[in-house]
Amino acid sequence: MSIFHHKKWLILGLSLLTGIYAEAQQTGAVTNRAPNPTPGMMPGPRQPQPIQTPTYLADYFVPATKDVSVPDEKGFIRRWMLLEPISKPNRSNTVFTDSYLKQAFDTLYFKNQFTVFPKDGEKVKVGKQKLTWHALDSKLYNVKLYRFAAALKKPVYGVLFWAVTIIDCPEDIENVRLSAGSNSASKWWLNGEEVLLLSGDRRMVVDDCLSRRLTLKKGRNILRGVVINGPGMSDFCVRFLNENGTPVKNMTISNQ
Amino acid sequence: MTMKTRAILLGATALMSVLISQRTFAQIGTPYIHDPSTIMECEGKYYTFGTGGGGLISEDGWNWNGGAERPGGGAAPDAVKIGDRYLIAYSATGGGLGGGHAGRVLTMWNNTLDPKSPDFKFTEPIEVAHSLDDEDCDAIDAGLLLDPTDGRLWLSYGTYFGFIRIVELDPKTGKRVEGNKEINVAIDCEATTLMYRDGWYYLLGTHGTCCDGPNSTYNIVVGRSRSVTGPYIDNVGRDMLEGGGKLVIAAGERKTGPGHFGRFVVADGVEKMSYHYEADFDQGGRSVLAIRPLLWKNGWPVAGEAFKEGTYEIESERRGYALELAVDFVRMQGSMHRFWEKDAQPMTPLKSQTLEDVIGTWPKGDINVRIGDYMFRPHQKWTITAVPEAGGYLGGPYYKIVIEGTNRALAATADAEVVAVPQFTGAPEQLWRIDQLTDGTYRIMPKKVPGTDKELALVSVGDSTPTLGLFDMNSDNSKWNFHDR
Repeated sequence: MSIFHHKKWLILGLSLLTGIYAEAQQTGAVTNRAPNPTPGMMPGPRQPQPIQTPTYLADYFVPATKDVSVPDEKGFIRRWMLLEPISKPNRSNTVFTDSYLKQAFDTLYFKNQFTVFPKDGEKVKVGKQKLTWHALDSKLYNVKLYRFAAALKKPVYGVLFWAVTIIDCPEDIENVRLSAGSNSASKWWLNGEEVLLLSGDRRMVVDDCLSRRLTLKKGRNILRGVVINGPGMSDFCVRFLNENGTPVKNMTISNQ
Repeated sequence: MTMKTRAILLGATALMSVLISQRTFAQIGTPYIHDPSTIMECEGKYYTFGTGGGGLISEDGWNWNGGAERPGGGAAPDAVKIGDRYLIAYSATGGGLGGGHAGRVLTMWNNTLDPKSPDFKFTEPIEVAHSLDDEDCDAIDAGLLLDPTDGRLWLSYGTYFGFIRIVELDPKTGKRVEGNKEINVAIDCEATTLMYRDGWYYLLGTHGTCCDGPNSTYNIVVGRSRSVTGPYIDNVGRDMLEGGGKLVIAAGERKTGPGHFGRFVVADGVEKMSYHYEADFDQGGRSVLAIRPLLWKNGWPVAGEAFKEGTYEIESERRGYALELAVDFVRMQGSMHRFWEKDAQPMTPLKSQTLEDVIGTWPKGDINVRIGDYMFRPHQKWTITAVPEAGGYLGGPYYKIVIEGTNRALAATADAEVVAVPQFTGAPEQLWRIDQLTDGTYRIMPKKVPGTDKELALVSVGDSTPTLGLFDMNSDNSKWNFHDR
């Protein structure tokens, strides 16, 4: 049972939102003992306190190199260009209906949002925010966006994450499906065409949603995605699957 | 009676019939709880503890009310009986409580769960697991398993905030086994627990959105492993560390948000699962305790059906024949058609035989009961309705079983046979306990067999002969099915 899915505690969550954001601002490895159990009911609201377990980017990612990458053993794509989170406050993920997401995902937040393939370190302006693209390889099959944001001392809740990667194929690969899992909702485009929407208050599950049959064309393909989350740990995992369910691996992945 | 009145009465009867055929029962009393612990039986009573402290007590497993006591508050406890003592695990921090995820799982003992007992005293809580504020775990939602194969004690805990973890505890002290390291076994769950059956360990977790009343999408899923420490794999081969999980139960029957699974083995072949519904629409959307049969299919746990009142054929699993009154078979009008010859006559559906067609041929007193070929005749159709005021058993009320359209009731006799008495009186021998078994068939037992304290069940001693006997899960003689046909 998590407070972030608990309606009656949402007011409490709201009142703490500022504090939660502050939590993401890493302040060092200070270990505070959790308070003793309170006899009776729930403990009272927690006072802002230092992060006990600071996040280091190196625990979850390595910088992407100029060398090409390949999908991992299970076909997961680990190389991504990730944009620092765009602020999109939401008290709860229960608002992530299809129509809400259409509006949230189709809104133009930054220039060339649906076409750009950025360079590592390139910046974009979103309202008053100046956000940077990071070329990274995930150490895990999934891309832990929460840790990405926390390590960069950015907001971790109430956020939108944009991700993009380049897939090079030696030949046309027909009848493949994009398979994605995300926490929470997400949308994915292949070569500019919307191919998958994961809606609702959703946790990341491998092979949660699959696209219709697609063709990965010979040469360069651009896969772009956006993940939205209110409270909770954001992440995603993406791979392509053949008709028989096996992972597509005869491709290379790069960020330039 | 005017035509209008008759029409109204007929309409009302039809409506009642529809209502009865659809009615299932939640627990009665005040079964309001969130995150119930595994049900414990202690000195003839049943107990479950919930979030926020306290819990429910039931004397029969059907009527639940507040009164159980658990100090420490916090969220989502679990309980296990070890020897003569009860071990409770709970967390009073973490889970976002107070805005953070620094959690501590604690255990404490009690010799009894009856707060009125002079022996009722919890030991000082001991921390057995914890999570720091921002690590990939959230140390709440404890689940306990005493491994029946070797007596080792395991604790699972965690929420959506990172991993579900397992640690080993000392079953003598309830403390963490010294040097034991936590093992990550799942993501995307909370409210986990473990169980063991036939060489498999099962990790049950709750997916979906908690605590959102009628909109809660909470649902219970499961993965299994040959080792208690995992990997826990679902039915399509997906690791629960990848978010895998096979559904056990989701919303239904005007109730949303099932979560916090607990298993209770009543007897060989009779198992129950306890959980909560986040919102019972028929109880104002309150969070309630739920208990239903736990079935096993192909090595996977499956939520059984809460018994639905209605009119049924009661089919013997032994031969497939149906329970019926031992009365004359009344032949219906009509004859065989020469199907190879063309018949120019318009087709007219046959009418079903009605109670009025045959009841005059039945004796007025007790009528013996036998098992025969099912022909959907009135003497084979049994209307089964709950008798809530008669109490119940773990997960269900007692039922009366009468011939449709009559008050003629199935009853146990003092010589351990069955008979249909002319009038249902509510006597214990006319009240029946119905448990869905782990294979999906049913056990049917009278509340009381006159003159004995033995617990006997309805059995098929021959293809055509019912009687009362000891229940045997390994015999189809002991099993029955209900069909609406």
